[in-house]
Parts: sequence; structure tokens; C-alpha cells
Amino acid sequence: MNVTVFNRSGISDWILQRASSVIMLAYSLTVASAVIPDTSYEAWSVFMTQTWMRGFSTLALLAMIAHSWIGVWAVLTDYVTVRMLGSLGERLRLFLLVLMGILLLVYLLWGVFIIWGFI
Amino acid sequence: MLQVSLYRYSPETDEAPKMQDFRVDTGGKDLMVLDVLELVKSQLDSSVAYRRSCREGVCGSDGLNMNGKNGLACITPLSEVVKKGKLVIRPLPGLPVIRDLVVDMSLFYAQYEKVEPYLQNDESPPEIERLQTPEDREKLDGLYECILCACCSTSCPSFWWNPERFIGPAGLLQSYRFLADSRDTATQERLSKLEDPFSVFRCHGIQNCASVCPKGLNPTKAIGHIKSMLLSKSN
Repeated sequence: MNVTVFNRSGISDWILQRASSVIMLAYSLTVASAVIPDTSYEAWSVFMTQTWMRGFSTLALLAMIAHSWIGVWAVLTDYVTVRMLGSLGERLRLFLLVLMGILLLVYLLWGVFIIWGFI
Repeated sequence: MLQVSLYRYSPETDEAPKMQDFRVDTGGKDLMVLDVLELVKSQLDSSVAYRRSCREGVCGSDGLNMNGKNGLACITPLSEVVKKGKLVIRPLPGLPVIRDLVVDMSLFYAQYEKVEPYLQNDESPPEIERLQTPEDREKLDGLYECILCACCSTSCPSFWWNPERFIGPAGLLQSYRFLADSRDTATQERLSKLEDPFSVFRCHGIQNCASVCPKGLNPTKAIGHIKSMLLSKSN
């Protein structure tokens, strides 16, 4: 069960979960404060393509990925377990975690491409 | 007349648990829930099984789920729990039922054992006793009073889902009781046994434990202190 934990340590997962949520909150406020006063595409585009903003977006993306993995791992190890579902629990959880891993990897690559304008 | 609904289950004879209704004459008094159980057992059905001992909230034997909330039957007055003239009594949630309201506490005690709930000191024993300053002694208030009734741990969803791995509020309160003790020298060893993602960190701070504790203790707060200690240890 511990194989799939983000860092194999409760403390680092705990800190990472909190640090990543602070980053995502700061990012949401930054984007909102820049976009709400001027909702035009031009303003949005200029704001989002600044180098520091691209870096910040990448950081927020990484934070989202770490946060999701830790959160989903915790939820799955609560509900999708042998205790709850019998022998199916172990296999189903592994399957869902792999699915989650692929999904997050796709988000990461796709996000990086979008943020840095490769596509 | 009070309508009482009791959880009944005898694994030897019953295929599934069922609820059994009784009408109990309380004589218009605000009895304790334990008194009502005693009335049922002595006057209506002697086969009802439950644990009890001191009947004054000291031994911690009669932890039960009364109208959806865990507590000690002996110190819970009817006026506090009865809703619309009805009282539903179930065993503590999450633990295997042995019979009726009696649960198997093995998992709960196994978690308690894990925190090594005894003073560890590797210094040579003093002539008379290990002294503490009044300030250091004060740090144990709100911790040592726990009677291990299991009301907190069995109201905690994290303990329901992972009772083998998550120590639970009762065990963690006792863990902090020894972490906070100035006479205990095993602090670092104790902390390193709690670093994994389950033992402490399954606590998400929902505070069911604090809201049900019959002794008014706050395990969530103690767990917060343990997390802080783990945090400063890792730096």
C-alpha cells in the first residue's frame, strides 16, 4: 500500500499538500486580479505569455498535480481497499491509481505545451 | 413511556442484525441511558447484552451509540439524547459486534499498544521519584484523563476505514501524553514510529473525536501537537 505514496513519508506529503494549496490559491488570485478588470482576449493573452507568468503557471500546474495525487491516493486508500471491497479492492485501487497517474502525466505534458506555446 | 430501539445481534443464531423495540416506563424521571438498559434487561428481556461496570463515567465500559452519537450510557441523561420520545441504541460503530451492544475492542487495543503507553526513561532512577516542575506537569492536563472508552476512535471515519494502520484519536492522545512528558526520554524514538502516512497523518482534523469525548478531552488538538513535533523533527 505504501508503494504508491508520493514520498513514502506522511510529513512530506502533509507539507506538500499544504504548500501546493497555497501556491494554487496565490495563482488563482493572481489570474483573477489580472483578468477580471479586462476580460478581452488581448489582455489575457499578453498577461499569460509573460515569462514570469509562464513560470508561475508551470509551478501551479506542478502543484495541482502533486496535490491531486496525494489527495486521490488518500481517498482511494480509505474507500477502495480490501476492507471495503474484498480482494477486488487491491486490484481496483491499483488500476485507478495507474489511471490517475496517466491522466496527470497527460495534464502535465499538455499543460506545458499550452503554457509555453509549443502548440 | 419511552420508546427504545435496541440493536440486537447474536452471531451464533442470527443471520443478520436487527433492531428490537421496547416500551420502557421511566416513571417520568430523567434517567441515564444505562438505567434504561438496566430496566430493559431486568423487566423486559434478560437476553440483552451490554458492558457496564462503575456506572459513573470512570471505567469507560458502556461506550455506546445513542441516537447517532457516541457517549457513555451511564452519564448521558435521557434529556440530552432522546428525540421525539425515541431512543435508538447501537454498538460503537466500526468495530466487530460480539453480541448486541458488545463490540470486539481488539483493534482498538492493538493501536493503543503501538504507542507504547508507558513512561520510558534511560537515565538511572533517582532515590525517591522523578520530579517535574508544576509547568511540566500542567502539560499532561487534558491528556492523562482519558479512560479509553473508545467513543472517539469509533466516531472517526479515518479509524473506520483504516483501523489497522491509523492509530486513532484515543491512541494518539495517549501518544502525545508521553511525548509531552518531561520525564520521558524516548521522544525521538516515539516520533520516528509515527512518520508514515497512516499512523498520524490519516487524521484530517474533522474533530468528531473532540465532539463526542465524554471526558471533554480534545484528541484533535493533541494530534496537532504531534504533527508540529514531527515537523520540527524533520527540519
